[in-house]
Amino acid sequence: MRLQHPSLQAALSLCLFILLWQGLASVLNTSTLPPPIVVLDILLDEIKSGQLLHHLSATMGRLAFSFSIAMLLGCAIGISLGLNKSLDHFFDTWLLIFLNIPALVTIILCYVWFGLTETAAILAVVINKLPNVIVTLREGTKALDKDLFAMAKCYRFTKLKTLLHVILPQLHPFIMAATRSGLALIWKIILVVEMLGRSDGMGYQLHLFFQLFDVASILAYTIAFIVVIQAIEWLILKPLDKHAVRWR
Amino acid sequence: MNDINVQIQDKSYLNSADNTTKQVIKNLSLSLKGNEFVCLVGHSGCGKTSLLNILAGLDLDFTGNVTLGITLPKIGYIFQTPRLLPWRTVAENISLATSCQPDSLDFFLESMDLSHEKNHYPAQLSLGMNRRVAIARAFASNPDLLLMDEPFVSLDSPTARKVRRLLIDLWAKRPHKVLFVTHDLREAITLADRLIFLDSKPMTVLKEIAVTIPRAERDNELKIEQFKQQLFIDYPEIHTLL
Repeated sequence: MRLQHPSLQAALSLCLFILLWQGLASVLNTSTLPPPIVVLDILLDEIKSGQLLHHLSATMGRLAFSFSIAMLLGCAIGISLGLNKSLDHFFDTWLLIFLNIPALVTIILCYVWFGLTETAAILAVVINKLPNVIVTLREGTKALDKDLFAMAKCYRFTKLKTLLHVILPQLHPFIMAATRSGLALIWKIILVVEMLGRSDGMGYQLHLFFQLFDVASILAYTIAFIVVIQAIEWLILKPLDKHAVRWR
Repeated sequence: MNDINVQIQDKSYLNSADNTTKQVIKNLSLSLKGNEFVCLVGHSGCGKTSLLNILAGLDLDFTGNVTLGITLPKIGYIFQTPRLLPWRTVAENISLATSCQPDSLDFFLESMDLSHEKNHYPAQLSLGMNRRVAIARAFASNPDLLLMDEPFVSLDSPTARKVRRLLIDLWAKRPHKVLFVTHDLREAITLADRLIFLDSKPMTVLKEIAVTIPRAERDNELKIEQFKQQLFIDYPEIHTLL
């Protein structure tokens, strides 16, 4: 029998991964690599106790908030820079500086300057993410079709009409790219932010488990994480992609 | 609408590759009176598109003076390429640009043989169909000034004939100024009140000739041909343009 159905293939490949994990855990027989069944057990316990949901929702809340701010601000600034050459030249250096500040430095500085508060945490994530969005959208704006702008000008499109029907559809692939790379980035940064200065969230929990050397719990939380990220990809991003390219 | 007067002393482009400037228009002056239908005839690449862009207000980087008769006239522009929004349907493309009523939208689509393509996206249609959508869009915008940049080039000849007739019908029904760029002299004679022959490099007006054939007889191919031959005899200098 040939393996043709993609979801069957995916299921088989996942089974193989779990088998390998089980095999390795049995051979090594160490507490630093617990077998899958132990991890699953802890995952179910954490779900039942409500602990996982509590920390996951704290992280998700921060993620949604900082992501929205970074995307909105980044799109606005990126489009402005793309449309205005002299502005772009002037702020190019700033962008370069912010792009190259290590994430950890921003986080530490935010906590030092604004205290161990929620605002500081959100701000740290936004500052880390913002330059990437700006650069992506700026490049997208520079690549906009000038002929269509001329058409819109000739037929007296209002500013709003031009934005909705001429600019945004062309920027859609760039916005999606910024969204994807941004989510990947924020996931990583937000854990560090929580680890360093918050008393809830996935990052805080992972830090706790690290101090206890509780690898099984770390893996259980990791699984929850992977599931959530995939759910976002499948339930939100993929449909958005499909909707926007229906004209192709 | 009052007369349109165009005086362009100089329109040059800077070639950023070698920092040279190339002059495309020099001391050109022309006017459109009343609701005149004027055809511009000249080599392709002689600067006609630059002239239309200046008239449409898309290009402000020139030395000269353009008065359009009224402030903010409605301009319909059929570009050389269709310039449709690929992410909007045929009907959306027209209604976004023209704010025209549903019945008149249907009328224009019908007369361009596009009724069945109303809800298609441009990518699903051929280039010729896209051009027809662009023409419908310009017609539907009820312009005071209609600029047409070789609009019928990729249409097959029956369609082109039909669209030409529609253009004249619409123009007769609702008079407005038309500036029509072509290098097809027959087409120009069939459509225009006046022909303006343009010399190239840099572009200037070589000759202006009124077309004296009555509108009712413009379908007569023989008359058109005779007029064309007579033009070549009377004005041998236009030979070099065609």
